[in-house]
Amino acid sequence: MAETRDRRDKRTAAAGTPRGKKPAKTGGAGGLSRRGVLAGLGGAAALTAAPGFVRYSQAQSSAPIKIGFQVHRTGIGAAYGRWYDRTTQAAVKLINEAGGINGRPVEIVAEDDGTDPKRGSEVVEKFATQHGCDIAFGTLFSHVVIGSAPRAGELKIPYFVVSEGHHVASGMLNRYTLQPGITDVKSQVIAMAPWISQNLGKKVTMIFPDFAFGHNHRDFFTEAIAAQGGEVIERIAIPPTESNFFKYFPRIPRETEVLYHVMVGPGVLTFVKEMGEFYGSNRPEIFGFIDSLEAVAIDNPGLEFLDGTYFWEGMPRHAQADQTAYDKFYREAVGVNARGASVDDPKDISTYAHMFGCWETLYIVKKGMEACDYKGPESRAALIEAVEAMSDMPAGMAHPQGAKLFNGKTHQVFGHQHISAVRGSDLVTVHTTSIEDGLYPDEVDYTTQSL
Amino acid sequence: MDFGPFFLLAAMEGAVGAAVLAVTALGLSLVFGVMRVVNVAHGEFYMLGAVIAWWVTSLLGVHPALGFLAALIVSPLIVGAIAGAAERLVLTRIHYDPEATIVATIGMLYIIQQAVLMTYGPDARPVQPPFDFRIQLPWFGYSGYKLFVILAAALLMLAVWWGLTRTRVGLMMRATQFDRETARAFAIPVDTVYGGVFAVGAMLAALGAVLVTPIQQAHYLMGHDPLLLSFIVVIIGGLGSLRGTVLAAVIIGMSDGIISVFFSPTLAKIIATLAVAFVLVWRPQGLFGERPA
Amino acid sequence: MSGVLALLGGPRSAALHLGLIAVLAVLQFVLAEYHHIAMSRILVLACFAIGFNIAFGYTGLLSLGHALFFGAGMYGAGLAAQFLAVAGPGAFLIGLAAAIATTLIAGAIALRTAGVSFMIVTLMFAQAGYLTVYYFGAYTRGDEGFVVDATMRTLFGLALNDATVRYWIALALFAVCLVGALAVARSGLGRVLVAIRENEERARMLGYDVYRYKLTALVISGAMAGAAGAAYGLLFGYVGASFASIQYSILPLLWVLMGGAGVVLGPFLGTLAMFYLIDLTSGVTTAYLLVVGLALIALILFFPKGILGTLREKLGARGASWLP
Repeated sequence: MAETRDRRDKRTAAAGTPRGKKPAKTGGAGGLSRRGVLAGLGGAAALTAAPGFVRYSQAQSSAPIKIGFQVHRTGIGAAYGRWYDRTTQAAVKLINEAGGINGRPVEIVAEDDGTDPKRGSEVVEKFATQHGCDIAFGTLFSHVVIGSAPRAGELKIPYFVVSEGHHVASGMLNRYTLQPGITDVKSQVIAMAPWISQNLGKKVTMIFPDFAFGHNHRDFFTEAIAAQGGEVIERIAIPPTESNFFKYFPRIPRETEVLYHVMVGPGVLTFVKEMGEFYGSNRPEIFGFIDSLEAVAIDNPGLEFLDGTYFWEGMPRHAQADQTAYDKFYREAVGVNARGASVDDPKDISTYAHMFGCWETLYIVKKGMEACDYKGPESRAALIEAVEAMSDMPAGMAHPQGAKLFNGKTHQVFGHQHISAVRGSDLVTVHTTSIEDGLYPDEVDYTTQSL
Repeated sequence: MDFGPFFLLAAMEGAVGAAVLAVTALGLSLVFGVMRVVNVAHGEFYMLGAVIAWWVTSLLGVHPALGFLAALIVSPLIVGAIAGAAERLVLTRIHYDPEATIVATIGMLYIIQQAVLMTYGPDARPVQPPFDFRIQLPWFGYSGYKLFVILAAALLMLAVWWGLTRTRVGLMMRATQFDRETARAFAIPVDTVYGGVFAVGAMLAALGAVLVTPIQQAHYLMGHDPLLLSFIVVIIGGLGSLRGTVLAAVIIGMSDGIISVFFSPTLAKIIATLAVAFVLVWRPQGLFGERPA
Repeated sequence: MSGVLALLGGPRSAALHLGLIAVLAVLQFVLAEYHHIAMSRILVLACFAIGFNIAFGYTGLLSLGHALFFGAGMYGAGLAAQFLAVAGPGAFLIGLAAAIATTLIAGAIALRTAGVSFMIVTLMFAQAGYLTVYYFGAYTRGDEGFVVDATMRTLFGLALNDATVRYWIALALFAVCLVGALAVARSGLGRVLVAIRENEERARMLGYDVYRYKLTALVISGAMAGAAGAAYGLLFGYVGASFASIQYSILPLLWVLMGGAGVVLGPFLGTLAMFYLIDLTSGVTTAYLLVVGLALIALILFFPKGILGTLREKLGARGASWLP
């Protein structure tokens, strides 16, 4: 009974930072000007029109670079997996149209992990030993990452996760596991604390799922808000098998100024509706993580209660007035409209706050492979070192969510975070944090481990 | 909030959970009681009921109340037809062998889940409640629809009770449950009864799901909890006891709501779980089952 | 010598089972790398299924709570390695002891019930165990689980993350469990267990202490499940709550029913078949669960007693001599 439910923890989330405040300008180095983007699009179209032939003509070896994509097609992560898949396919298409990596085409080998750690580790083994993949990539849910990472380390296959878990930076994993495309939950949470304490209030009640992902929120935020002179006055942990939430609301102290919620999984709509029924019009300020509402339309019936509340977003789902050229380009490439829904089906909402991590990770892999002149599995160690050597990642087509700072020692990237207000049926970004807001001291130095 | 209102709230929540559980468990109880097989796919019929409810309401695009009413009729019919077909195609051919049935229904579980995932998708989708009515109590607000669920479930159970005890079909079911061979000797079409019971059991699961979709959302993995909870309720209540099934649903539903008032929620779940185990150790035949001779 | 043969179920049975172990020992030099790794995993999980078969197939105890015993072994070993810095063999023994103790306590209580009540009581115990993993999330990291440190994953100086070492250990564990199950099935104990399965009242009237026999069977079963759990955690380096979830109570049941309940080789065949059913179909179609579902139904239509169970039935007396 519990099992699936508990797994509601989906986890992972993402992080993001998106567009910086002055995107077009900062785009400089790796990024493109708007014109460059458009030219690139044109070129891409021309290349697609001439199939197969021209594309790899300059490659010394035309054997594809194989990227094993560990995708949550079934199980509790399926809503995320579908969009991770679409984002990955879009990025690979562009990379190939631009000549691939080191002149070699990129091939995605996707395997379903069922959002299960056991199957996940088997899939990583399959990539390394059967498919002959160069790297493994794309995992979201933390328990799948943690279950698979030891096997990746033992098989010495670089494992690029897009999970937003703190597992990488905490030092729990190994030198072959990296998270360069999405910020971790610790960074996201501590970056929120200053804005919350200054704008919403200092007495916070937290509602979180009673498992590792929720505990991360509880621990990191409690510490971060205390540093701002605020206080968490009540912590309400929801057990893994819970399907109704109403009975927990009376635990919220009356003097609560801010209600901080992070819920994940299919129960979230129930959670919001019941919160609305409980409070009616008389409520504290409410701040939540969009993780709960990824793949869910914000104007869904029953979510009216969220009007006027705030959300963390890795990357703003609704195109903002000051949308960057990269965001526009990225949306078009993935097939997402200005409301964050599929262009083919406006009811099909993306996991916009997280999925950019797949795109950015693939571009980092490309950059790393080019930097170390990647030849094949024998160059895997060199690829790890090449990525570890990275630090500044300017906003651009490769980083549509915004500029980032990679820490080669902890294998974790840091970036901007967004806070959006729900206004009617729109998500309007009201604050973007600096990268520094999300930095914290290193907890590990993976570069001391042998390769 | 003071203890009194808090307790009231927990009790109301428990009652809603119990109502939906009772309807769903009743379906499993019929199948288990009459056919003596564990239908592992029962939770998937529940899930199908919810998903079809979403389809019906969103396809019709009429007033939520009308859409809900349509779902309440259409969804159980479709689910019943699917279950009936599965019973004819598979279960009759393995002669309801209890162990083979477990494997076969696990197979059905996979098929239904994957089929829904491919068509309906992995998202959780809500169904509009037939009416929007919030009751403001002095201490907290409460959804009027939830109270309606309790009422609707009670009516449904009365209907099932009437059907089982006051109609010829019900008589045939009970006779088959009591003694399959003797029933056959009295010219009761046992095979047809089995098919019917399997379909009706699935329809009850679907009905429970339709009632719950305006509160929780339709999602392709939602069948898991109802399956296990129904299973527990049926055994705790005592096999074949309609009254036991309903009362056990109330006890399990309510205790889940109320124990969490006293303990940290995860600890509360552990205690509630162990309590179920010890009830059965104390009365292995269930609360209202007859002690085996 | 004849004693050993009898223990193994006669010459045919001995040849078949020892032959299988020998074939598996040779196979590792032939198998491609991926299948080599997969086979070591299957062998460990087959021990879990063999244990389940002793309770279910031979004694008729349908437990829905074996994840508790598997989990007790896995967490016993994993936590010992993580927090007490007990390496390889010590951690394994602690896991095994934890599983045996858990089975003794849970079994002693659950066996006061029978039939469907036994199913629910074991289910509830396993559920409580699963939630306990969450409750002590500070140590277990709940759903996320934790990585078992490589320095703790050693056995007498051999690194458990080495593929060859892992295969040999998995095979050794499998051989012990398989021969153990064979011995149980052919021993006086096994005959009493089958007698209890077929007619508990009659066994009681014949003077057997049914409760004690059932508890013995359950403890053997739980010990094998726990050994598999401990070995799995140490060999593959990860301990997580999903391995204690109800799914891991249902899986051994499915493996045993597929291969053939009450057949010593059934659990291994079921585990193997289920792994490759998923592995191969998922390579062909994303809708592989649909195929798996259809395959399960087709299988049960043609082999209602499981693959080997139905085969044994068809072969009659000859089948029984090959497949105890």
